[in-house]
Amino acid sequence: MTATSAKQMSDDERLKKASPLKKALSRPEFGAVAGAILVIAFFSVVAAGTGMFTARGMINFLEVSAQLGIIAVAAALLMIGGEFDLSIGSMIGFAGILIAIPAVQYGWPLWAALLFAFASALLVGAINGWLVVRTGLPSFIVTLGFLFILRGLAIGLPRLFTGRTQIGGIHETMAGDWLAPLFSGVVGASLFQWLAEVGLLATNFAGNPVVSGIPVAVVWWVGLTALATWVLLGTRFGNWIFACGGDKNAARNVGVPVNLVKITLFMFTAFCATVYAALQVMDTGSADSMRGMLKELEAIIAVVIGGALLTGGYGSAIGASFGALIFGVVQMGIFYTGVNTDWFQVFLGAMLLVAVLFNNFVRKKALEAH
Amino acid sequence: MSTQTPMIEMRGVHKHFGSVIALSDISMKVHSGEVMCLLGDNGAGKSTLIKTLSGVHPPTQGEFLVDGRPADFTSPADALDAGIATVFQDLAMIPLMSITRNFFMGREPTVGWGPFKRIDWKYADRVAMEEMAKIGIDVRDPTQPVGTLSGGERQCVAIARAVYFGAKVLILDEPTSALGVKQASVVLRYIAKARADGLAVIFITHNVHHAYPVADAFTLLKRGSSLGTFRKEEVSREEVLNMMAGGAELESLDAELAEFQRSDQESRGSPRKAHASSAATAPSSRSQARLAGGY
Repeated sequence: MTATSAKQMSDDERLKKASPLKKALSRPEFGAVAGAILVIAFFSVVAAGTGMFTARGMINFLEVSAQLGIIAVAAALLMIGGEFDLSIGSMIGFAGILIAIPAVQYGWPLWAALLFAFASALLVGAINGWLVVRTGLPSFIVTLGFLFILRGLAIGLPRLFTGRTQIGGIHETMAGDWLAPLFSGVVGASLFQWLAEVGLLATNFAGNPVVSGIPVAVVWWVGLTALATWVLLGTRFGNWIFACGGDKNAARNVGVPVNLVKITLFMFTAFCATVYAALQVMDTGSADSMRGMLKELEAIIAVVIGGALLTGGYGSAIGASFGALIFGVVQMGIFYTGVNTDWFQVFLGAMLLVAVLFNNFVRKKALEAH
Repeated sequence: MSTQTPMIEMRGVHKHFGSVIALSDISMKVHSGEVMCLLGDNGAGKSTLIKTLSGVHPPTQGEFLVDGRPADFTSPADALDAGIATVFQDLAMIPLMSITRNFFMGREPTVGWGPFKRIDWKYADRVAMEEMAKIGIDVRDPTQPVGTLSGGERQCVAIARAVYFGAKVLILDEPTSALGVKQASVVLRYIAKARADGLAVIFITHNVHHAYPVADAFTLLKRGSSLGTFRKEEVSREEVLNMMAGGAELESLDAELAEFQRSDQESRGSPRKAHASSAATAPSSRSQARLAGGY
């Protein structure tokens, strides 16, 4: 009976053949993907001939997007799980300092400094999460506390140990380090060399390709997005994330380990903030107390543009990634078109509002008729 | 039936919250294949009792046996492991998640190994659809959000989920309170089916008309203590209703209503009839005035 009824249902006459377009429309990331296509189309017309869409230009905006994307993906998982982390930005500054002080001031090998920074970050993430689940306070408040605590530490510690708030000399410690290539340089250099040799890629005056490879940040971005999407859509843990954000009491009542899920998500955001910090420190060769300012808000904007619900339980990692892409394209687009960059923030705010209104509309549609 | 080991037995259970005595000396037995209705007005302690049964909070004092063995639950997960599934009033359903995701929430079937372990969506979707079909709800698409289902259907998903995962005891917290007549009957029919399948069902309600047709026994709670357990053969629907609401309150309500009717008739000058119930005492003129004013 069950087999036949299942069969009957699979071609139920009441199930209208949903067009692929309608199916796509009901995905949370639809808005962000459409928005990304829109801004790329817009700038490819407006910024035509400015070099924005040359290989070099594209790597530029991809790198900007990638950095934000790395933290946006983590913020997306956390927001779907029903929490915020306002300390992401401060964590970036703090983690950078934790890499630089041991490596530069105390002569630790860079890999040891990196491991130390990651371990500390995971601990801070766990404390954040533990405080939230233990006290029941809104994560907004708990992580707002950590926004200031970590920023203060990022200023105070380097002053205490080095007397300055900026620590240079990272590049010197990178030579020959086994862990450094994970956070620096490019991927696929030989491929790009070959592309240049066969004439598919422009070369500079020295005969080298204009783009030496894919920046490692972009690889992290794509990798983390793929990982987060896999977790959300394919695994038990992903189902638990949705459940925690949707209704944590309901989730707990059916046996979902809500506290474990939330603490893990806070640790993941701290981890991603540290990846960001490591990439930035090795790219610039220095750590600075003021790094990562306001990045938490930019990440939240990317997540919301990506279709996540601020109250949790709904959203996507791919959406957050595309939110970050929009961010990067617009930021660099404004730069290339020569518009005063002051206008970037106006655009950003407007974009956020439009995205939220649009996503609300889509979600309502998804719930009323299917 | 009385010779069997009860599926659930409570002996002298107390539950205190600080200085508040939420439950005092509750004793109750429920056997497999039996529906026990837990009746009581608001604030009678029904919710506290089921939260104790389902492991949300342990009793302050008293014994709680499951299948003859003492149960020592510290979390809802413990109760679930012991085969006690509770369908709470809020259903533990998440509207924006799909039927399948809700159905398997917390107990997702997986395939693969190690880091490649993933939810077996094909199997999960099929089972969700089959289980829903068994209770007479044909789901068009198991990936549709639960929020698109009606209240009765959601209730049935929640119950079907509990039964599918091997519940031996099903605790239903006001499953029919928010439903229309037709939807309530779907749920009641399903409760009868669960009983026929040999489950012990504890059905919490304050609607005697929903409770009476499916119940085998009633336990009445009032202000945190039990008024006793009654087999269905022993009591009539009216008696249950009377005890639940508190006979005295209902009688005085009767008297007040009779008073309205009388003053109504007097003002119309119709002949006076003796109709007040025997318990009605002559109301004072003051309360009459108050009633008239309020009327």
